[in-house]
Amino acid sequence: MLRNYFDYYFTVIFCCVTLFGTNVVHAEQIVVFSARIEQLIKPVFDVFTKDTGILVKFVTDKEGALLARLKTEGKNTLADMLITSDAGNLWEAAREGLLKEVQSETLEKNIPDYLRDPQRQWFGFSVRARTIVYNTQKVKSSDLSTYEDLADPKWRGRLCLRTSKKIYNQSLVAMMIAEHGEVKTEQIIKGWVHNLAIDPLSDDTKAMEFVAAGKCDVTLVNTYYYGRLIEKNSALPLAIFWPNQTSTGVHVNISGAGIIKNTRNERAAIKLLEFLSSKKAQHLFADLNMEYPANPEIKPDPIVSAWGNFKHNQMNVAITGELQTTAVKLMDRAGYR
Amino acid sequence: MATLVLIPVGVVVVSSFLSPTNDIWQHLIETTLLNLLINTCWLTLGVTSGSALLGVSLAWFTAVCEFPGRRIFSWALLLPLAIPAYVTAFVALGIFDFTGPVQTLLRSWFGSNVSWFPDIRSRMGIIIIMILAFYPYIYLLARNAFLTQGKRSLEVSQSLGLNLIQGFFKVTLPMARPWIISGMMLVLMETLADFGAVAVFNYDTLTTAIYKAWFSMFSFSAASQLASLLIVIVFVLIIIEQRFRARMRYSETKQSGQIVRIVLVGWRAWSVTYLSFSVLFFAFLLPIAQLIIWASHAFTRNFNQHYFELLWHSLLLSGFSAILICCVALSIIYGARRHSNSATNIAVRIATIGYALPGTVLAIGIFISFAWLDQWFGRIIMQLFRIEIGSFFQGTLLAMLFAYAIRFLAVGYNSIDSSMQRITSNIDEASMGLGIDGFKMLQYIHFPVLKSGIFTAAVLVFIDVMKEMPITLMTRPFDWDTLAIRIFEMTSEGEWEQAALPAVTLVLAGIFPIMMLMKKTEQ
Repeated sequence: MLRNYFDYYFTVIFCCVTLFGTNVVHAEQIVVFSARIEQLIKPVFDVFTKDTGILVKFVTDKEGALLARLKTEGKNTLADMLITSDAGNLWEAAREGLLKEVQSETLEKNIPDYLRDPQRQWFGFSVRARTIVYNTQKVKSSDLSTYEDLADPKWRGRLCLRTSKKIYNQSLVAMMIAEHGEVKTEQIIKGWVHNLAIDPLSDDTKAMEFVAAGKCDVTLVNTYYYGRLIEKNSALPLAIFWPNQTSTGVHVNISGAGIIKNTRNERAAIKLLEFLSSKKAQHLFADLNMEYPANPEIKPDPIVSAWGNFKHNQMNVAITGELQTTAVKLMDRAGYR
Repeated sequence: MATLVLIPVGVVVVSSFLSPTNDIWQHLIETTLLNLLINTCWLTLGVTSGSALLGVSLAWFTAVCEFPGRRIFSWALLLPLAIPAYVTAFVALGIFDFTGPVQTLLRSWFGSNVSWFPDIRSRMGIIIIMILAFYPYIYLLARNAFLTQGKRSLEVSQSLGLNLIQGFFKVTLPMARPWIISGMMLVLMETLADFGAVAVFNYDTLTTAIYKAWFSMFSFSAASQLASLLIVIVFVLIIIEQRFRARMRYSETKQSGQIVRIVLVGWRAWSVTYLSFSVLFFAFLLPIAQLIIWASHAFTRNFNQHYFELLWHSLLLSGFSAILICCVALSIIYGARRHSNSATNIAVRIATIGYALPGTVLAIGIFISFAWLDQWFGRIIMQLFRIEIGSFFQGTLLAMLFAYAIRFLAVGYNSIDSSMQRITSNIDEASMGLGIDGFKMLQYIHFPVLKSGIFTAAVLVFIDVMKEMPITLMTRPFDWDTLAIRIFEMTSEGEWEQAALPAVTLVLAGIFPIMMLMKKTEQ
């Protein structure tokens, strides 16, 4: 009987240890909330830890969930840094007062103006270009010119698009609103919708597969999706076209980071930010996902370089956050699902 | 207990009043709201009724009839449960889409014009996919009902001069109603809450609108208002169901020792086999085959020691939550039984409403409640011991388990409660008259009747927890990944090949409890 009680006792202790034993905090470490997935950040953090001895712990989740979590935790949060895969959510985090202003000459030197927050609360570390991909058997590159041109009736039944629910499209349309105003942009988007060969698709890869299969002729994608698809099947009749080269330039978004207002390890967190803008980290951060380094000094991965140079749209990416809600509503009105 | 579970749902409802959202509502009404409601209606109606039709008929065939392959089908038909709906959706699209192998092959045979081929990217397409993913809930519960019903009822109906089919509709089916309705409620809630499968099809529902308002328009208030609308819909359905149920009494006839099956012969037997096989093929074999092919591509790159850790974490969480949720469900059911009036009954049913909310919305509701709890607890500790403990509860496995309990209570509750309908208060009184009461009554009278319901609940919860993503993502401790999280990371970047290995592992881990359950219920 007595032994039984001991057994129970140890079981309870064991359970307590397993159930509560995970909250132990080490001395020199920082905690990162990341919307960029483990495979794309862990190798970078590993190098950082090796160089500085500072441990990096992280959790991954969707941007919206991470922001909600930061808001709820308030000053109790363990997080020191937020990483997202777009500018809009960083802008929103700053608006909610979750981020902290960072003064760093290194960051200002390494990261161009248009890829970071004017209030210095967040910085882009890789560039994601959203461009045109076309079927080489059905379209001549000379037929293509701009994003706006895809609304032209000559593309009737020849366009495939990813859903407007994806932030990349919302950012693109936000940029267009900043350039053309709402009225004209709405006309363009309506033109796109009119030209669709099929209902909007759930992802960029699907859209390119439809182009390759001949269901439609052109689509809009982020370049790294193109890179991944071609890597798997180089025979696909697909090619990249850089639009708007004689005007504003290709729409770019960022994957970036900011420091949490209630951080307890500001020094270490700034160190990580500066590291992310350095040559060593820039290569890893961008190349792991075939993106473009944000630091203009750094050359992209050879595969990526082979797609050619192009002019970026130099408007500050913060605008994508500011006009995101407007863009979403506009796309709803235009019937872009 | 029920109120405790309700707090996170309450948080969602309350936060809908926090900031003004008139402009977003105006926008929704002017543009997409009507379409969203119509879509949602069609989807829930289609999926719920379709799953009921498929689930009940398959359950009846495997439980009562005899046909070639019955033994295998009786457990194999449960396997689709282990495949997340969005995986079925993605694989089906991959295969039957314009770019997929089937249509490509057809084009190479018949030239470019194969427009007669049914478009899978349609309302019908998504409904069929979701039926294939969700019918096992109803199948499992209905089968449970048919197996425990005993042969007597059918014999009685035959002695009353009803033939087999009349007997089925007049006796067997009505007697299985609590189980079937419970299963339908689960499917309905699961359909309303689904985001993954509808996103793959780009089919707009209330749930996609909730996420859009929250993530794209940065308005959690508007999102929670839409979520409250969802709650109201389910609430009304629950009340209606409660009304119906209140008029019914169910009791169990003594099981005749040997189950004598109705032996189907000739074309009937083979058409049942054919039906079972095609369901199994499209709902399980096809997706799993595709997953295995992908997994084998990425196997060398992905498989390492880390994998066993993921698997172990998944099993640990699922196992603990299955136990916890069964206990909570049982105590709630007993509580409601003790104080049986319509108010308690409804309160208890509402406690299960979390299942109908989109995962991330409930997850944040839970997270906010836990944060409050932590702050409150922290203050008490501060006053008592003058030490600051930071967060004590958040980021622990215990918090995760509670969160799962809130999400999946419906699954545990619905499975067990239908068995409970069999134990009438007369049985309790009779056993008390014989001097059997308290714990003994539970052990000797209730448990044998509830046993199959409890096992069913445990297996369903086990598998559901293993598939769950938003709560796992939000409440997990650092460095504590599970299979589902790995799947999320890979699919969120569109890397389906790399998501396949964890997905296959997840399915395999789900098969064992299913087999165990079948062994238990077959006896």
